Amino acid sequence: MTQKTFFLNMGPAHPAMHGVIRLILELEGEKIVKADVEIGYLHRAFEKHAESSTWNNVLPYTDRLNYVSPLINNAGYCLTVEKIAGLAVPERGQYLRVIASEVSRVADHLTCIGANAMELGAFTVFLYLMEGRELLYQLIDHLCGARVTTDYCRVGGVKGDLPAGFAEKCGEIFPKIRKFVADSEALLNKNRIFLDRVEGVGTISKEDALAYGITGPFLRSTGVPYDVRRAHPYLVYDRLDFEIPVGSRGDNLDRYLVRLAEIEQSLRIIEQCLKTLPAGPHSLAAREVKEAADFEDMGKRGNTALLPRCAAKTCRTLEGAGREHTSGILVQEPAAVLPPKEEVYGSIEGLMNQFEMVMWSWGARIPAGEAYQAVEGGNGELGFHVLSDGSDRPYRVRCRPPCLFIMSALPKLLRGSYVADVVATFGSVNMIAGELDR
Amino acid sequence: MTFAEFRQLKTEGYNVLIDLTAVDRSLYGVCQGPMGWERNFDSGAPAPRKERFELVYRLASIDPSTGLESKSRVEVRIPLAEKSPAFSVMSLWPNADWLEREVWDMFGIPFQDRPGIQRLLLYKEFVGHPLRKDYPLNKRQPLIGPESGELEGSPSFNIVRQEIPFE
Repeated sequence: MTQKTFFLNMGPAHPAMHGVIRLILELEGEKIVKADVEIGYLHRAFEKHAESSTWNNVLPYTDRLNYVSPLINNAGYCLTVEKIAGLAVPERGQYLRVIASEVSRVADHLTCIGANAMELGAFTVFLYLMEGRELLYQLIDHLCGARVTTDYCRVGGVKGDLPAGFAEKCGEIFPKIRKFVADSEALLNKNRIFLDRVEGVGTISKEDALAYGITGPFLRSTGVPYDVRRAHPYLVYDRLDFEIPVGSRGDNLDRYLVRLAEIEQSLRIIEQCLKTLPAGPHSLAAREVKEAADFEDMGKRGNTALLPRCAAKTCRTLEGAGREHTSGILVQEPAAVLPPKEEVYGSIEGLMNQFEMVMWSWGARIPAGEAYQAVEGGNGELGFHVLSDGSDRPYRVRCRPPCLFIMSALPKLLRGSYVADVVATFGSVNMIAGELDR
Repeated sequence: MTFAEFRQLKTEGYNVLIDLTAVDRSLYGVCQGPMGWERNFDSGAPAPRKERFELVYRLASIDPSTGLESKSRVEVRIPLAEKSPAFSVMSLWPNADWLEREVWDMFGIPFQDRPGIQRLLLYKEFVGHPLRKDYPLNKRQPLIGPESGELEGSPSFNIVRQEIPFE
């Protein structure tokens, strides 16, 4: 009898293909001989869009990269731009970014574990964890006014300070999340049905994972304790105490366990931040712009101490004067910062300032330069490589999506396993199509 | 930079290709002002280089047991003139496979040892390489027909909208 293989097409609209991705499986019976991954169904030209938007306008697009943890993307992009401009965000702003990132990370992990468990039949776990995520979404809503499209960070700071009662709300929510996680652990960790599907399935070795450039919880599940927050500390992560949970076998079970353990670590980080949150401004102040005549008067009156904090406003329609002002606004000046929303909606000067900042070719200009900054995203190292040529728009924005590297190793993970394992393995790697296809 | 030098880096312990991307530098330092395309003199940006493209490789050496990087990261930049092919590093780092496909897809940079390279994110019928600076933002692409791209003028072709004159 000759053995024949046949092809099975999974996706792009399969219910277990979170988002849209197509797997072409070559099967021998139920065994996968070869797998091919086709991506790009959710390509939205993020990088091309970024080249034609002003520096601050790219930010909403970053929300849509990894839409399960958008706050981390916001922070990553802003950090990269600030690195080029040489801006240092006040300490409070850095703590706020850490808090926001970690809330987002917990939501990301809860979604991944919940969806993975549901696909393997544990619907109760899904409902528990989604309820936990809902609480976090309410927290995010409280913080930045939106649940998913958060847009919280700004170049030079964050959108706003913590709302009143944020710490108390965290204190209320976190025990509930810990309870949900504990319940899910109790339901799954010794569950034969679950273990049979995940234990020893989708295994990859340390060396292979590194060769494919995989980072994040996936890499840690193989036993490599690599974490961008520890290897290249950014924001204030070097002052915080957290552990890096690692697995040993690199199978689906380890990925699930590592994510579970990371939820606890992220909650700990937020609690520490809330305890040691320094007072002070959360963003760089937008530079006060005064009319040239006022400027002169101030000098005459002897208010010279205030002068360096202000910029003279000159008529931009005059070619010479206008040019100078536009070029002066950018270089390492906090004037690159959008004014706070309270000012925008509360005063005409604030509104004008905001309007000028977002207007075509009037906005902040970042000095020419190039930077790469990586942050620890929900799935691994999320890097932004930004190139500026001194204009009001980025010249090139490259996003290094952690998912892309995981997906390129997927054929290797699937080879030799069975069709039913595809759902378990694919769910455990937490592919986010928005980030994968950009 | 040659392939042998990449292999040398790999044997020195750079076991992870963190990223591979390209930059089209043809319009660097030239910004679109109110009077059309002009050189942005006050930006301090250097003049565009002779080579149009630049490939950027980012390498890291991650120790599997400690998870720390024993050496600092390396950034390799290869300038490339238009239509001159790059070489593939797929045999050293397997994830270069997809990254090179993406570079081909977005910039149209060919890889000499990968003649049949396929697009990664876009579809086969897509015309052009969108991250090149000369790819127009408002360009429309033919919708995909059953066999190949639809001909211009056919009902399913996405016709470019007429610009509404602005007063």
